[in-house]
Amino acid sequence: MKYNDTLIDNILYKRIILLLSRFGALSMQVIDKNANKSYEQELANFEQKIADEQKIEPSDWMPEAYRKNVIRQMSQHAHSEIIGMQPEGNWLTRAPSLRRKAILLSKVQDEAGHGLYLYSATETLGINRSEMIAALQSGEAKYAQIFNYPTLTWADVGAIGWLVDGAAIVNQISLQRTSYGPYARSMVRICKEESFHQRQGYEALYAMAHGTPVQKQMAQDALNRIWWPSLMMFGPHDADSAHSSQSMAWKIKRISNDELRQSFIDQSVPQIEVLGLEMPDPEIKWNEERGHYDSGEINWQEFKEVVNGAGPCNYQRIKHHKNAHQEGEWVREAVRSYKEKRAKKQNETAA
Amino acid sequence: MKQEQLAIYEVFIRSNRGLDHKHVGSLHAESPEHALMYARDCYIRRSEGVSIWVVESTNITASEESDIENFVDPMDDKPYRHATHYVLPDSIKNM
Repeated sequence: MKYNDTLIDNILYKRIILLLSRFGALSMQVIDKNANKSYEQELANFEQKIADEQKIEPSDWMPEAYRKNVIRQMSQHAHSEIIGMQPEGNWLTRAPSLRRKAILLSKVQDEAGHGLYLYSATETLGINRSEMIAALQSGEAKYAQIFNYPTLTWADVGAIGWLVDGAAIVNQISLQRTSYGPYARSMVRICKEESFHQRQGYEALYAMAHGTPVQKQMAQDALNRIWWPSLMMFGPHDADSAHSSQSMAWKIKRISNDELRQSFIDQSVPQIEVLGLEMPDPEIKWNEERGHYDSGEINWQEFKEVVNGAGPCNYQRIKHHKNAHQEGEWVREAVRSYKEKRAKKQNETAA
Repeated sequence: MKQEQLAIYEVFIRSNRGLDHKHVGSLHAESPEHALMYARDCYIRRSEGVSIWVVESTNITASEESDIENFVDPMDDKPYRHATHYVLPDSIKNM
């Protein structure tokens, strides 16, 4: 085994500290070797970790801009899970069978859990959940623009599971390799749980596409409407993306918006064919040379409007979130009161 | 001779950046700070870890394994929570 100088230094250092600490000469704070490092040293150390494909963990030093960037992306992801419950939740009482209802309920419950994983993982960066929720409700923080579209028919629920969760999975698989440790680990867990979401959606839409002519038309209509906003989920073109280059450099993002979008299109086109539906975009065509499907241009004006609050349901989604939060106040109050009562009781027993 | 029993601390080690902390064992200590030092001296003598957590055993609230069936419903009657429940056409690969 090869020992380099730093390792030997480190071992020596530990021995000395150990000796000193046995005499009670040092407290834990003083042992913190990193305390006196300069900003430049810390930054170089951080960048080395990124270059070496090491994860950044909560207690590690990180540039403020990295922290902010990860908080922005993770909280946006968490908000999307939570707001995303609304369009599907609207169909819980109207699902066409008990089986479909149980499946949908289970999926919506999963999304709530995913929101929890992500909020908790974001809290490791020194922001608390109340702050994140306040930012969501004030409009300062964003969530995936797709959830600002309404779910008009039952076929929309199938199309969302298949396309929206499908697009999210493509993105989340790439994020399993993100540089922030808690984010990467939550993505692994979420991807595992998410695998049923896409399949249940496809199964539901397949049933519609192979049902009566009216049902098939509903499936086609859902595909036509949900296809484009699903492509927008990957964000602006790489050249126009505000946060992309820094996020890629810090390995917060691992694959670019356009590359992710292309792989989503490539995987979805054969699935549309199996459904027996028409392509939602007449320009979709296999390009032998590129080895990918070509497709039409996205309506970026619409994307911009929906992100900035003018989508069909932006107002409704946030209003519903605020109402639900307010109506849930009695639960939080009960929890607080239980906590106080219990502490009081414990004090009395101790006294 | 007086028998003295110090508090037990559970030790968790992160073997590498990016991995979860994993429970590796426990030790006795007179304070959390000392538990951390003892864990360092004892559990990562061969570069087994990059980060240590210690927590006093009494601070861990645990489920009872004998009660697990009542406490955690395995939801075997809800097979639709698993991806394998959905039968898709053979031509659909990797979904």
